Amino acid sequence: MARHPILPPRQDYAMVTAEVADAAHGPAIRRRWWVAMAAALPLVAAFLASTGLLFWLGTGVWGINIPVNWGLAIINTVWWVGIGHAGTLISSLLLLMGEGWRNSLNRFAEAMTLFAAMMAGLFPILHLGRPELFYWNFPIPSTFGVWPQFRSPLAWDFFSFVSYILVSLAFWYVGLIPDLATLRDRSHGAARAIYGALALGWRGSAVHWARWRQAYLGIAAAAFHLVISVHSGVAMLFAGGPVPGWHTTVFPPYFVFGAVFSGFAVVIMLAIGLRTAFRLAPLITPRHLDILGRLLLATGLLTLYGYLADAFHAWYSGDAYEIRTLLDRVEGEYAWSAWTAVALNFGAIQLLWWRRARGSQPVLFAAALSVAAGMWFERYMLIVSGLYRDYLPSSWHIYDASLWEWLLFAGTVGVFAMLFLLFARWLPMVSIFEVKEVLEREGKG
Amino acid sequence: MKGTVSRRAVLKGLAAAGLTGCGDGAARRSIPYADQPEGVVPGVPDWYATAVEFQGHAQPVLAESHMGRPTKLEGNPDSPWARGATDAFTQAACAVLYDPQRSLAIRPGDWDAFTRAVAGLPARGLRILTGTVTSPTLARQLAALTAAGARWHVHEPVGGEAATRAARLAFGRVVDTHLRLDRCRAVVAIDADPLGPGPDQVRLLRGWSEGRPRLMVAEPTLSATGAVARDRLAVPARRLPMVVERIAAELGLAPPPPGLTEAEAAWAAAAAQALAVHPGRALLAAGATLPAESLALVHMVNQAAGNTGRTVVHTEPVAVVPPDGEDSFAALVTDMAAGRVEAMLILESNPAHTAPADLNFGAALARVPLKLHAGLFDDETAALCDWHVPLAHPLEDWTDLRAADGTATVVQPLIDPVFGARRRHEILAAVLGEPAAEARRIVMDTWRPVLGAPFEALWRGVLHEGVVPGTEARPARVTAGPPPPSPPGPAGDGLEIVFRPDPTVWDGRFAPIAWLQELPKPLTKLTWDAVAAISPVLAARLGIADGDVVEIAAGGRSLAAPAWTLPGQADDTVTLFLGHGRQRVALPGAGGYDAYRLRRSDSPWVLGGASLGRTGARVELATTQPHRRLHGHDDLLRPSAGPAEPPSLYPDWEYPRSAWGMVIDLDLCAGCNACVIACQAENNIPVVGKSEVARGREMHWLRVDIYHDGDDGRAQFAPIPCMHCEKAPCELGCPVNATVHGPEGLNQMVYNRCIGTRTCSSYCPYKVRRFNFFDYAGIQPDTHRYLRNPDVTVRANGVMEKCTYCVQRIRRAQIAARAEDRPVADGSVTTACAQACPSRAIAFGDLNDPKSRVAALRSSPRHFAMLAHLGTRPRTTYLANRREA
Repeated sequence: MARHPILPPRQDYAMVTAEVADAAHGPAIRRRWWVAMAAALPLVAAFLASTGLLFWLGTGVWGINIPVNWGLAIINTVWWVGIGHAGTLISSLLLLMGEGWRNSLNRFAEAMTLFAAMMAGLFPILHLGRPELFYWNFPIPSTFGVWPQFRSPLAWDFFSFVSYILVSLAFWYVGLIPDLATLRDRSHGAARAIYGALALGWRGSAVHWARWRQAYLGIAAAAFHLVISVHSGVAMLFAGGPVPGWHTTVFPPYFVFGAVFSGFAVVIMLAIGLRTAFRLAPLITPRHLDILGRLLLATGLLTLYGYLADAFHAWYSGDAYEIRTLLDRVEGEYAWSAWTAVALNFGAIQLLWWRRARGSQPVLFAAALSVAAGMWFERYMLIVSGLYRDYLPSSWHIYDASLWEWLLFAGTVGVFAMLFLLFARWLPMVSIFEVKEVLEREGKG
Repeated sequence: MKGTVSRRAVLKGLAAAGLTGCGDGAARRSIPYADQPEGVVPGVPDWYATAVEFQGHAQPVLAESHMGRPTKLEGNPDSPWARGATDAFTQAACAVLYDPQRSLAIRPGDWDAFTRAVAGLPARGLRILTGTVTSPTLARQLAALTAAGARWHVHEPVGGEAATRAARLAFGRVVDTHLRLDRCRAVVAIDADPLGPGPDQVRLLRGWSEGRPRLMVAEPTLSATGAVARDRLAVPARRLPMVVERIAAELGLAPPPPGLTEAEAAWAAAAAQALAVHPGRALLAAGATLPAESLALVHMVNQAAGNTGRTVVHTEPVAVVPPDGEDSFAALVTDMAAGRVEAMLILESNPAHTAPADLNFGAALARVPLKLHAGLFDDETAALCDWHVPLAHPLEDWTDLRAADGTATVVQPLIDPVFGARRRHEILAAVLGEPAAEARRIVMDTWRPVLGAPFEALWRGVLHEGVVPGTEARPARVTAGPPPPSPPGPAGDGLEIVFRPDPTVWDGRFAPIAWLQELPKPLTKLTWDAVAAISPVLAARLGIADGDVVEIAAGGRSLAAPAWTLPGQADDTVTLFLGHGRQRVALPGAGGYDAYRLRRSDSPWVLGGASLGRTGARVELATTQPHRRLHGHDDLLRPSAGPAEPPSLYPDWEYPRSAWGMVIDLDLCAGCNACVIACQAENNIPVVGKSEVARGREMHWLRVDIYHDGDDGRAQFAPIPCMHCEKAPCELGCPVNATVHGPEGLNQMVYNRCIGTRTCSSYCPYKVRRFNFFDYAGIQPDTHRYLRNPDVTVRANGVMEKCTYCVQRIRRAQIAARAEDRPVADGSVTTACAQACPSRAIAFGDLNDPKSRVAALRSSPRHFAMLAHLGTRPRTTYLANRREA
């Protein structure tokens, strides 16, 4: 990558600092920020209303039933946590591999990861019959008198979600510290005190940098394996049950591919949105978008392979129930979800074979949006078409999500957007010091 | 007071009932439990032998009472009729007792005012209307009233008038006809539904299961009997008399009728053949929906085939024959309309809803100057009457009833009337001018001369055993006379309508009972609704989908009903179900239409010349089983030649004590639903309502699946409780150890550990788990709190639940065995479903005991585990249907 400069010429340290630190503070930009927030807040209200009703009456306000007793909540969990994966992948894997181009993307990708993982973590709690007791998943036998059930994939999912959120938070925060110090130095009054407290007394000494570097790489190493394990664990929740269409060993890699695929799609959408809205074009360059476009195509093809492998194994098993579920998916009650997923996931990304398409922000954004939506439909297909017809025809029953499920989904999009907008307003969206590292490497400082 | 039931009133009843003792008279005062009464141990239920009533007939039971609360009924094993089993209606009787809609008060005055109102009644001009009467005490009181000049009439909406008329035609007098299915090798049923619901269902199902005769059924619309038949032919109702004649002709008893189709003729020939090759070991049965002349011919056929006295037994009638015989009700309405009735007492009958529309009962009733009504509910008829008296439920009442075989049971109360109800004999005594008479004394007076001396001891014995020895109906020596004249010809062209009682709300009397509204109908699995059943041919011809509302017109009247395609329906026959569309005491959410509006008194079961058209409207119907075909998985219900049970990585469980298991014989299940309601009553299973059922959230722990294998309507029933798998996927899925393997093989649900992830249900291949999506227990009527089994936890919102193999019964038996230092004997533990099952299709016991019934059944060649190839190793296993073997 070093052969091609990442950042445009005529960038210097002071410009980077100014571009990032002042990004959200121009009057025009503020107006845009408020418009975006105004769009997000009604969705936040929908979130509060739908969770309030859920807690008041119970999971019956959703459309779930026996046999489809997992509905949009689990679909959304898998979707959100999948989105979260790209951030960690960009941050930790590329950091460990020394890929400098990530330095313009990692900060907001990490924020996206954190917020998406929080949304993902909300749903399994909200979907519980008795959500107030979610903590019974913690292994605290001294007070509970009983361990969690370690054979259950769900017990491990709980551990991995909690670890994932904590590690993502730590990684993001540790990465923020030098920039928080920058903001502290540029602000006054209360803001200075808050940034100062959050910067933990960072003075930029060589010892600080050395300690920081150890911590950052250490957390990156911890975070990286979570990219694989969290979504494999999610896949095991399905593969672990004797449900036709779920009970297959291809699920863990298949799910990880899909997760990273959807995550890159959302990173692209946010990158284009940020560089347009906050004038970060000098830092998030066409070169970045080109790389992201290629990654989207590559992970898309991996996901397609997962689809084919899954279908092949269903057929090759010779199991009548597996084959029937496969046929159900392509021609049954929920065939629309399967075909929508295939079309949205693999149609638009074919454009990305061409450099010009990757260079066009509208095309790239549309392809990414298509994938983000497509991956949601894929989870819908996997979960609902697995459950609605399993073994005994007597228990077959269709599932229709209720208004409250849709509102809750929209609500989490709103909460995610609100959190992200607050982040964009008050914290550096691009890692100032890490971009400067790139400048240093490219000899522009 | 009206509109609510005070907790105080119920507790007063409970306190009094606790003192009742073993039938030694209900206390007249309520006394709080300041001192513990002798013999009452909190937590240990008392059992009383008594009976509940269905269409006037006894359903003998042992009633379980917790601290004075009746909670559960079991069939009385000492009753030769019940032999320990019950039907679905009987299992729901406790829910009727505590039904919140039961009427609460006499109106317009109080009891004293009522007694004053009836005291001055001249007996002449007084009419009494009841349902079927078998009660000797009631008969005695009615006789006294009749002797004084009153007249007694009977109205039974699902009555057997044609059968009575046929007996008169064939034998010259009224006799009862009992089908001894246990003695049969072959049974030919012409629109007879011996295995379907009815006051004699328990005995008939048991007989069928013992004899396992080959069933041949011809009928216009699918019945339980038709569903499990070996050969079944759909024949329009109006052609059935010709089929009977053809069978008779094959046996040389009548000239062959013209105009049978080839299929009908072939079927009739095969039926006649089956009767001929098993002389004295087969029977021909025809339903009371056929003309009396056809039924008389059936008597001739059975006599000629040597079946009479062997498989078809005639006895003196069990029910008292009303003075006007089969025309009793029509005669009454004629007199009412003519102004010849001065006063009328209606006892537990609801003709304002159930009278055929052409009789115009409401208008006739308006001409009666004084109208008195006594019933459990303030129903449509009560609304038209001047007086309404809440009537005691049989579990609150002193009376006597006879089962369909004639065996009498003295009905004793387990509880004082909860809702301020009055006992039936006391109401009649008031009419007879003895308002102070006590029901118990009145009943004792009936039995004093019968039992003889020493009366007190014999009386105690009768109450204790629940049957009066020597009361079974006496055999009637009758000979069928010459063949009666041919029945009238077909009743018009076009579509025909046949009327059927609803399989769960019957003639409407159970429509207010939520348990029975939500009980899936055996053949459609519909709940909370009634449909107009049509044939697939008719549906295709008119482009009607299930749930489309159609307009059905006949004889100048019409009604709108949702259509439903029923396999095995005769092409141009529309089936309407009685009992729905009630104007009063209906349940919110209950759908349906009032089929009585089309019914005619001269042809109560079949109506010709009907038309049917679409209205364009649709209604949502709530069925618990939207898919009733096997969809290619034909090996689900029989031993599979497919892949063997896979090995497991986990070690096998060890069961040093007991290893409970269940074997269900699919060959013996006719889908009667007794097990489903028994499970509901035993395990405090809530009712969720129509919209929740439509969403797929019914809570029944045990369901009876139905699968049609072809288009002729024949079906297989499969009761599905929890399989209690050895390698249970649910146990693997739960993250918090809320469902675990018990030391005796039970897959146990720990409610208070459950956080509601529902992983267990996602993983369950049998989908037997039920989830509290809402606080279902909290939305049950307040009065149903008294109905609950105190040995079973009431589940909270957000908690998974499922069949426990009635673990509370296992523990009770084990505790009793340990107290007596003996092993738990086979048969001493049984689940609620197995105990209720009239055909003994469900066996439960200890697999560790090689001599247990369940272990023996497991060695049958018909034995199989459902979905064995998944490696779940279920301990609920099945015996395959012999029809399929």
